[in-house]
Amino acid sequence: MSELRSALAGAVFDGIAKVQEAGLCGMIAFRGDLSATKVKNAVTGVTGVDMPGQRGCNVGGDNGLAWMSPDELLIMVEHDKAELVLETLAKGLKNQHYMAENVSDARAVFTVTGKHAAEVIAKLAPVDMSTFSVGEIRRTRLAQVPAAFWMHGENAYTVVCFRSAADYMFGILSMAAQEGSEVGVFG
Amino acid sequence: MLILECPYCGVTGEETEFHGGGEAHIKRFGPGSSDADFETYLFMRENPKGVHFERWRHVNGCGKWFHAARCTMTLEVFGTYSAQTFEPPKEIKDAISAKRPGWSWREFS
Ligand SMILES: [Zn+2]
Repeated sequence: MSELRSALAGAVFDGIAKVQEAGLCGMIAFRGDLSATKVKNAVTGVTGVDMPGQRGCNVGGDNGLAWMSPDELLIMVEHDKAELVLETLAKGLKNQHYMAENVSDARAVFTVTGKHAAEVIAKLAPVDMSTFSVGEIRRTRLAQVPAAFWMHGENAYTVVCFRSAADYMFGILSMAAQEGSEVGVFG
Repeated sequence: MLILECPYCGVTGEETEFHGGGEAHIKRFGPGSSDADFETYLFMRENPKGVHFERWRHVNGCGKWFHAARCTMTLEVFGTYSAQTFEPPKEIKDAISAKRPGWSWREFS
């Protein structure tokens, strides 16, 4: 069997914040009618977290649900469970129109943590980080590539982008986190 | 710099998160239509100094298309609204009237 490898094999950069490639994460892109009871039951059933509202992101351990658009969710599970989860969804969603695709290996995931983590994100994304809080997801761009991020704890952000942009993402996050580059806007 | 609010995900973002999609409310004339209608559909566009209606896509975001009403001279955005409509909703028209009394754009006023 082939050896599974995440985009940057856990690369780390330490500066005003710690940037780390998060390794293998299971991710399923899900599209369907998010107001349907069957859909809600199926997706909360496989993740064990509450259904998120508009721009919401509920995470518990490796599992999570993120609101991507009015008809799209990102389902997060353990990497080796993704295929199994697709089968469980198929069983629970018989006769319900939906699409689900395992995109785990098409994504790269990073964590940005530390006192100045919000500043690192703010340098790269056109987002007001002073009002951003836990339980929220923001799809936007970081410098020149599409990305999404949410907070997984105090001063701790998870950033997701396309795997093909992983090297670029690690580069810009590391540059924005370089030693001595703190601005101090968020106190 | 335009600040637009996506009516689908509620994000208020600046221009670089979006992508312009040209003029709004264009009626398609396809096979079987007259040459004049087809030409108008393909080529004839407004080029106003002032109130204008456009399509935008939240490309670095939820990915949805929506409509925006704005002023081409001051870059003021009067409002954004759903793509699932053939004409600007009343609240958008009212918002424009409050700022630009007597405005008109194609068949709308
Ligand atoms: Zn949007």
